[in-house]
Amino acid sequence: MDESKAFVSTFLLALFVYLFLTLAAGRSMIEGSILWSVEELVLGISIALIVGAVGSSILCRSGNYRMLNPLRWLIILVYCVPLFVEMVKANMDMAYRVITGKIDPGIVRISPKLKTDLGITALANSITLTPGTLTVDVDDETGDLFIHWINVGKNPTKTIAGNFLPWIRRFAE
Amino acid sequence: MIFTAFLYGLLVVSVLFNGLGVIGLHRFPDVYTRLHAATKCTTFGTIFMTFAVMAYSGYMYYTNPDQTEYLNMSLHTLAALVAILITNPTGAHAIARAAHRVGIKPKFASVDHLAKKEGYP
Repeated sequence: MDESKAFVSTFLLALFVYLFLTLAAGRSMIEGSILWSVEELVLGISIALIVGAVGSSILCRSGNYRMLNPLRWLIILVYCVPLFVEMVKANMDMAYRVITGKIDPGIVRISPKLKTDLGITALANSITLTPGTLTVDVDDETGDLFIHWINVGKNPTKTIAGNFLPWIRRFAE
Repeated sequence: MIFTAFLYGLLVVSVLFNGLGVIGLHRFPDVYTRLHAATKCTTFGTIFMTFAVMAYSGYMYYTNPDQTEYLNMSLHTLAALVAILITNPTGAHAIARAAHRVGIKPKFASVDHLAKKEGYP
């Protein structure tokens, strides 16, 4: 039961990626009315079958299928908006620091208390994407992150991760 | 005409932030602060470059619906954007971690909690 679930989810993901990359790549849109030609679909399904057979034990290693819920993917898409706003604000700040050279760097420890690997990865990447903060290391046991902060301030957990944490809890926990 | 100006605007923002990244790379004192400039400003600039490509190809597809390769180009640029957003911070993280492991201390640092955890002064 569990193996077939892993196989089906890997197969669907591989098929989705294949169909996304080949969307409108051929001439089938002009000749017929469908987006993919039949040959394309057959090839995509056979490749996705191979990928599902080989990769399902790697992709579904954790044995947790909460990401099958499409609502979580929708939340990831919505999350791009506050992430982009943060990036704009922080890039202005970064431009100011590059031009004036006013920096006060240091490595601080924050404890976001996220439980899943996906959540920690998403938070670490979001923190690195917003300039002024750079994830250096992670404490595997507690999930604490070590952040190189270019202008050290007070209350690092709230200042650095405060805007991302509610969103990441929504899709990763 | 207005659309071309819009595209030029996106490209100018992109070049501006990529240029800031280069200036920061020269100005900052050590590997960590340089990573800030070299990875983040360039990510932000490159995002605007991909926006320009997507806007251009989407507009071309909208005006000539026969040429589906424009739609294809737009989608592939979106895939490249997702790849940049995932790999660029991961690469910066790997470089910073490796630098700290071999013992490079952050210059002018007021606090260093990681050094405390790893046990060297």
